[in-house]
Amino acid sequence: MTTSSGAQHQTLSVLVENRSGVLARVSGMFARRGFNIISLAVAPSDDPRFSRINLVINVEETSVEQMTKQLFKLVNVVKITELHPSEAVERELLMLTVAAGANQRGEVMELVGIFEARIVDVSPAAVTIMLAGEPDRLDDFEDLIRPYGIVEIQRTGRVALPKVRKAS
Amino acid sequence: MKMTGAQALVKSLEAEKVEVIFGLPGGAILPAYDPILDSPIRHILVRHEQGAGHMAEGYAHVTGRPGVAMVTSGPAATNMVTPLCDAYMDSVPLVVITGQVSRSFIGTDGFQECDTVGITRSVTKHNELVMDPAELPMLVRQAFHLASTGRPGPVLLDVPKDVLQAEIDFYWPSDEDVAASLPGYKPTVKGHPRMIKEAARLISEAQRPVIYAGGGILKARAAEALRELAERAGIPVVTTLMARGAFPDDHELCLGMPGMHGNYTAITALQQADLLVTLGARFDDRVTGRVDAFAPHAKVIHVDIDPAELGKIRQPDVPIVGDCRQVITEIVKALGDAPQPERSEWRAMISGWQERYPLHYDPYIAGDALKPQQVMEVLRDSAPEGTILVSGVGQHQMWASQYWKFNEPYTWVNSGGLGTMGFSVPAAIGAKVGRPDRTVWAVDGDGCFQMTAQELVTASSERIPVKVAILNNAYLGMVRQWQEMFYEERYSEVYLSPDLPDYVKWAEAMGCAAFRVEDPDEVEPTIAKANSIDDRPVVIDFRTDAREKVFPMVPAGASNDDVVVHPAQSTSTRKVVQ
Ligand SMILES: Cc1ncc(C[n+]2csc(CCOP(=O)(O)OP(=O)(O)O)c2C)c(N)n1
Ligand SMILES: [Mg+2]
Repeated sequence: MTTSSGAQHQTLSVLVENRSGVLARVSGMFARRGFNIISLAVAPSDDPRFSRINLVINVEETSVEQMTKQLFKLVNVVKITELHPSEAVERELLMLTVAAGANQRGEVMELVGIFEARIVDVSPAAVTIMLAGEPDRLDDFEDLIRPYGIVEIQRTGRVALPKVRKAS
Repeated sequence: MKMTGAQALVKSLEAEKVEVIFGLPGGAILPAYDPILDSPIRHILVRHEQGAGHMAEGYAHVTGRPGVAMVTSGPAATNMVTPLCDAYMDSVPLVVITGQVSRSFIGTDGFQECDTVGITRSVTKHNELVMDPAELPMLVRQAFHLASTGRPGPVLLDVPKDVLQAEIDFYWPSDEDVAASLPGYKPTVKGHPRMIKEAARLISEAQRPVIYAGGGILKARAAEALRELAERAGIPVVTTLMARGAFPDDHELCLGMPGMHGNYTAITALQQADLLVTLGARFDDRVTGRVDAFAPHAKVIHVDIDPAELGKIRQPDVPIVGDCRQVITEIVKALGDAPQPERSEWRAMISGWQERYPLHYDPYIAGDALKPQQVMEVLRDSAPEGTILVSGVGQHQMWASQYWKFNEPYTWVNSGGLGTMGFSVPAAIGAKVGRPDRTVWAVDGDGCFQMTAQELVTASSERIPVKVAILNNAYLGMVRQWQEMFYEERYSEVYLSPDLPDYVKWAEAMGCAAFRVEDPDEVEPTIAKANSIDDRPVVIDFRTDAREKVFPMVPAGASNDDVVVHPAQSTSTRKVVQ
């Protein structure tokens, strides 16, 4: 997974029954119907009977309406919330290992400082950095770190919740 | 009450009022076959599992109730994939039970293990691998509920052998239990009142409306309601391949079948319409031709119980999610007594097309082989009242749909969405089991017949007297037609031979009465003889003209405006008067 933003995207928060095979049903349906997804994150919900799947889709190539309707046809899909970027708080977690030897480490540390990332592992030749935040910021960070030599990178895909309505 | 999983399975099927199971046993499903011996449910032993699936479909088509098939694991489950897909495409309610290896063997490539739920996931409305024996009754109830409500479809339960052998406490869940166990399943049946009003408004303003009726009308048991709407608003009706019989062919408002091999009037009326009242239809490519050229002047009202159909192919102006019967009834109410526009010009256009472009075929010339269309006409005219017609896939299917007169719902059984060769013989058997009071004729191609004919052994041994008319043109005729028209008559791998196999001997060997007809004068008497035989299946081998093509035809990918009519009709310009 390279970038998470750029393309016009939308997040679907899908509440599913916590039964075996549910993820296979969802991903199999996407494959069969030719729907592309940018990222997907699954986690238990506050109710043990259900899990939550967060999907980010590229709305330029996939009809949100068709995708939502096809998802709803899956018997184990209980609820779907469409989260438009402007109405949602979206976050993602990134971990990367960068080959930062002694003479580059200072510059890398400076970027870590600017982005308020954290060092989670260090060795003489490399550091592993963790950064949580808005997906765009993760993209920026990734771009700036890349010249130093990314050894490995892992991103979670975004999770999202609707913005809380502020009392006026 | 304590019992084994197998007993609970059979008891659950009994509780669902299953009267017949089509199946074939084997290792993994063995435990379930023991309580079958003591059950009032009839079991029909098929000769190939695909046959069991299509029989269950035929049964479901004519009764409206889920058809049930039960087979073992591995190869039996994979043999079931075609009927599952067929049922999925045509929204046929099925409950299919497959055996599976014991739970501890799952994932080890055990003998006759296959990932049945994985393989069938995309061709079922829902499926479940039963891991907890205590859940069996609930899962059976769910399966029947899912198969038969909302948009119907096939549901599969994969049951490991040791689940069948385990001891459980039987309980029969209530309706509320079932609803609570499916928190994500709530089909919308009632149409949105505002949309219904809007639909009534569009209908009342339309100058050239057409009702585009699909198989959903039959699934919703909405034929009566459809007729009420058509008559109340005076709107002509086209019935798709899946909806033949949903509106009587002898009704003055009936235009018959649209689509690739529909009749000229039905195709052209859709093209010229200013309003499509789309009821339980899905804008299939075989109906629309090139989508962006389909019904270009029409606003669209689209009623379907499956929200995903609305806007999937054509964006409707008035989308209505709901059960066709309820929604149509509401639309009729909303129309009230307000007068409909004067549409005599539209009626005149339609009757002009009907007069100018009726179905047509070249007359029989002495010495030639039989005209397949003529055989269809004689079969139709000789058929006892209420005959159910089943067909295979190919030219004969199109002639069957074109030349039969369907005046009653649930008298037409065919494979529309998947186009499964080999469907007709087993589906006819299932239909006859579901409606033993009716005559059931299968119209089959010689190619199709060879795919599943062995089920006539099942029919003979179970005393299910179906009748099969093979339109034997010695070719994979539909493919031959495409090669003739679009591949410069380069015939590649389509010749089958008229007498290898010898269909009469073969049918007789399977316990059927069998006849061969080559002389047109013998067509009627032989059909009459077949109609009089009621103690065993009958097969007639009609030797038909391989050169006959199905007309009209909209070439694949072409616009419906470019429909090709029979050559004898195509001399005059057939540009439509706007
Ligand atoms: C299982 C399957 N295989 C292949 C096809 C492609 N196909 C469609 S019609 C047809 C020819 C059918 O031949 P026959 O049963 O003799 O009918 P005819 O067209 O001659 O009336 C074929 C091969 C199909 N629909 N189904
Ligand atoms: Mg043929």
